Amino acid sequence: MRPIIEVSDLSKTYASGTAALSGVTLDIREGEILALLGPNGAGKTTFISILCGLVTPTGGTVRVGGNDIIRDYRAARSLIGLVPQEISIEMFETVIGTVRFSRGLYGKAPDDAHLEGVLKALSLHDKRDAKLMELSGGMKRRVLIAKALSHGPKVLFLDEPTAGVDVNLRREMWAVVRRLREEGVTIILTTHYLEEAEEMADRIGIIDKGRLMLVEETAKLMHEFGRKRLTVELAEPLTVLPATLAGEGVALLGDGRHVRYDYDTRADRSGIARLLAGFAGEGIAVRDIVTEQSSLEEVFLRLLEEKV
Amino acid sequence: MNWQAVRTIFSHEMARFWRTPWESLASPVVSTVLYFVVFGAAIGTRIQSVEGVSYGAFIVPGLIMLTVLQQSITNASFGIFMPKFVGTMYEILAAPMSFIEVVMGYVGAAALKSVIIALVIYLTALFFVDLPMAHPVWALAFLILTAFSFSLFGFLMGIWAKDWQQLQFIPLMVITPLVFLGGAFYSASMLPPFWEGVAKFNPVLYLVSGFRWSFFGQADVPVAMSLVAVAIFLALGIGAVWAIFRTGWRLRN
Ligand SMILES: Nc1ncnc2c1ncn2[C@@H]1O[C@H](COP(=O)(O)OP(=O)(O)OP(=O)(O)O)[C@@H](O)[C@H]1O
Ligand SMILES: [Mg+2]
Repeated sequence: MRPIIEVSDLSKTYASGTAALSGVTLDIREGEILALLGPNGAGKTTFISILCGLVTPTGGTVRVGGNDIIRDYRAARSLIGLVPQEISIEMFETVIGTVRFSRGLYGKAPDDAHLEGVLKALSLHDKRDAKLMELSGGMKRRVLIAKALSHGPKVLFLDEPTAGVDVNLRREMWAVVRRLREEGVTIILTTHYLEEAEEMADRIGIIDKGRLMLVEETAKLMHEFGRKRLTVELAEPLTVLPATLAGEGVALLGDGRHVRYDYDTRADRSGIARLLAGFAGEGIAVRDIVTEQSSLEEVFLRLLEEKV
Repeated sequence: MNWQAVRTIFSHEMARFWRTPWESLASPVVSTVLYFVVFGAAIGTRIQSVEGVSYGAFIVPGLIMLTVLQQSITNASFGIFMPKFVGTMYEILAAPMSFIEVVMGYVGAAALKSVIIALVIYLTALFFVDLPMAHPVWALAFLILTAFSFSLFGFLMGIWAKDWQQLQFIPLMVITPLVFLGGAFYSASMLPPFWEGVAKFNPVLYLVSGFRWSFFGQADVPVAMSLVAVAIFLALGIGAVWAIFRTGWRLRN
């Protein structure tokens, strides 16, 4: 099946000279949830803004549903809904008023039944006639989602939907996103949180300094993130590792004072208990134990090395 | 054409107008009517008629034009500056609309507001002065074309402005002086010859003169010139909007 979004060699250099995106190529599959992960200033918002028509790219092409976003902008944009990073709404509008306005901009005939459905799904229905300034921050964020869904888009962009949102609301947002996905909506979201990407996404893309470092199935990526390293410092140096201790991922370091063990936190048994029991059984005195989780950077590097 | 979107923006803007009738309608009408009272009734009785028209009546077309220019610029610039300022512009830019449709929605609403205000002022003026109407169709045509041209300018200003100061700068520093020196309160022929010559460089004079001609059948400058002036304003406005449309200036960075 043809990808719903085809991004080819996309670049953006702002007038200020900032190269916010460089040569991004990416296919997004219909119906998937793609999470874009990256530090501040990585270019996530720029990427989304170009796809939605807010920012003109300096190079490359984008097709949405087969429509070029510049030449066939009407067809392309009709398929898209956007929830921006900042909460920007007209405070004096009512909830239903602002959602109707959004739908109208997409050239769709008024359809309050659809809009009421959207509001219900976002638990906003009892606020339909409230002024936006009377809503809490979390409700305002949901209003932005309702606006983006008002015209029934096939692709939804969520730019940091859960930034500054409490745990309950975050779970609620995730539930909304899942429901949309069940309806077949393709979702692209950006986030700083690995756990969020893990929880939600089918695939994770990592952007850094305007480059798409990698795009990977979430499960595969999480496996890499799931790696931990245990280092045991010994009271007395060893020359060889006793056979009872040897196993996959266990190694005695060159100084003879440290034993290193790489393991996967996701495995049923980490093997730590077995290892420590082994030390006791051999009568080896342990001075200290340190565990480290592989950092985002390490995983980047490892995955990149694998690719090369 | 995405007419639904044009209508959506248009009604959204008109709704704001009706939501605050005191600010949007009553205040320009009242301040203009104060001019009638002060200049027309109080001072006007001591001024001889101007070119056979009582001074109280003479100033009405100019005052209406003055208000139309100011209101068109203010309403249109505010209309498009607001979403930029609040941040809701993203919605307009991401919608499947051409720039022309966006302009039609905002400028159409701003122009209609000015025309409504002008009509209310006209009707109010009838209570105070005897006002002939020699060419009603031309009067309406001048009114609508002027409202539309200057709403276009206002729209451009709203796109250009980066903050509130800039938004108020041009109306205050350029438009208001031009309007006051544009012959709203006097006929250019009343000026000394040198200043009469200078006044001819003021584009607003041609609008006021043409509009006044529609009422009294006489003008400072030939009516054809006034029409040409309006046409030039309209062409400049449309040209500038077209340029922005091509380049995305100040909108899509
Ligand atoms: N309008 C603009 N003009 C000039 N530079 C910009 C503009 N918008 C963004 N940038 C720059 O482009 C780079 C990428 O910014 P972008 O907003 O896309 O990052 P981001 O990944 O969304 O960051 P965050 O996680 O903080 O939201 C940054 O260096 C930023 O300063
Ligand atoms: Mg961002």
